[in-house]
Amino acid sequence: MTRDFQEMSATADAGRKAAMALLAQATADEMTRFWSVWTDKPEVETLRGPETGLVMVRGRIGGSGAPFNLGEATVTRATVRLGSGAVGHAYALGRQGEKVRLAAVFDALWQDDAKRDVVEKTVLAPIAQRLDEELRTKRAETAATKVDFFTMVRGED
Amino acid sequence: MYVAVKGGETAIRNAHKLLADKRRGDRSVPSIRLDQIVEQLALGVDRVMAEGSLYDLELAALAIKQARGDMIEAIFLVRAYRTTLPRFGYTLPVETAAMAIERRISATFKDLPGGQLLGPTFDYTHRLLDPELAADAAVEAPEERVEETHEPAPRVTDILGHHGMIETDGELPEGTAPGDLTREPLAFPLERDLRLQALARGDEGFLLGLAYSTQRGYARSHPFVGEIRIGEVEVELEVAELDFPLTLGRIRLTECQMVNQFKGSAKQPPQFTRGYGLVFGQSERKAMSMSLCDRALRARELGEDVTAAAQDEEFVISHSDNVQSTGFVEHLKLPHYVDFQAELDLVRRMRAEHERRDVQETAE
Repeated sequence: MTRDFQEMSATADAGRKAAMALLAQATADEMTRFWSVWTDKPEVETLRGPETGLVMVRGRIGGSGAPFNLGEATVTRATVRLGSGAVGHAYALGRQGEKVRLAAVFDALWQDDAKRDVVEKTVLAPIAQRLDEELRTKRAETAATKVDFFTMVRGED
Repeated sequence: MYVAVKGGETAIRNAHKLLADKRRGDRSVPSIRLDQIVEQLALGVDRVMAEGSLYDLELAALAIKQARGDMIEAIFLVRAYRTTLPRFGYTLPVETAAMAIERRISATFKDLPGGQLLGPTFDYTHRLLDPELAADAAVEAPEERVEETHEPAPRVTDILGHHGMIETDGELPEGTAPGDLTREPLAFPLERDLRLQALARGDEGFLLGLAYSTQRGYARSHPFVGEIRIGEVEVELEVAELDFPLTLGRIRLTECQMVNQFKGSAKQPPQFTRGYGLVFGQSERKAMSMSLCDRALRARELGEDVTAAAQDEEFVISHSDNVQSTGFVEHLKLPHYVDFQAELDLVRRMRAEHERRDVQETAE
């Protein structure tokens, strides 16, 4: 593998990682809605799942020390193949099978150079916008509860 | 001895039918929905997730509904459910320093970077029952304060970490694979990783009582809350089919850093030591209790005398799991007819012996 190719694949990985992170955090409604308006729906073959299992969530002692097992969480995963041959994967917390299957479809579509822009604009951007909005609201609500300390000054004159 | 007995099938069937009826209650009252439990009994849901050791809001809500609000029964249901699912793997350790913070306070530093953020707390409420809530009055939207730049909130222990005033994060020998009590039976003594796993799923009431005992002088540890933070963290998993760790979503956690005075030992200079608490959901009472117990259980490691229950690892960890505890305590109500018959015979024979001796003694 040449250096250039390694770098390119690292960038592509980062892009796909970010895309899959957004798909994992989509709501079931969002996935259904975006799929229902997707024109030119490809043929979809489900290779695996959707199936629900567990992951053991790890923390670190003291916050950044040695890892320890905190407890489990439900996760659902699916793998699909499109008519084009592209294979898509999805994993997300929870037990929403259809949402995860559609997330795998969008992951496969995202890998197609001709479809990536449309996936970014019509699927990923609205999810990212909602997540940003939620984070902004949460920060503003939390900031309103920030304690502004003041010191009582004893009058000397 | 436990001997299987036949009979009672109809009684059991009818009892369960009666249970279902009582669970539903008065049919003229609307049935409670899972989303109502998730939204309005959120801290109960969090407790079931923490002690059921399974993060899934809807499952925890279902368990609470099915258990008629009996929390330990709900936790039991969740534990039983998890055994039916395959394990996909272990996540990367979550980054609590990168938490999207909803509450963050320190009792040791007033002016810390990121500030003291009270969040949705019961603290400073007057604990007066609110009749308006009973009448279902409309609730105002919360205040918002938009800040130009978002100030990051580093962990207090990282700030205090400089100058060696406080011990570093707990490290285990390089290459130690974290123990997993869901896979291997516990063998004492434990390393701190396994203790923390057990404490994270331990009964809140039991750990609270032990934590309180350390404050009352049984293994006194001079604790201060270095920091409590509540918020969401990202969960990432490495999977075989991809070259990069996948983001699975976000979970809410409560983290407590307890800071304790330590007078030093032959090996270590005087400095602050730490107890750590990390719990699913919003549960600072549990996270605080966990961190106090974690610190007390480090007695051996820090060369302290083991004099109190809270420092006794085998005692604390063997009795902290409420599903195990309730299983053994509640099994006493199952039929022990044959056992008891044997005991009855024994007591009769002893009484006969006793009476014979009395008669003899009187005769002499």
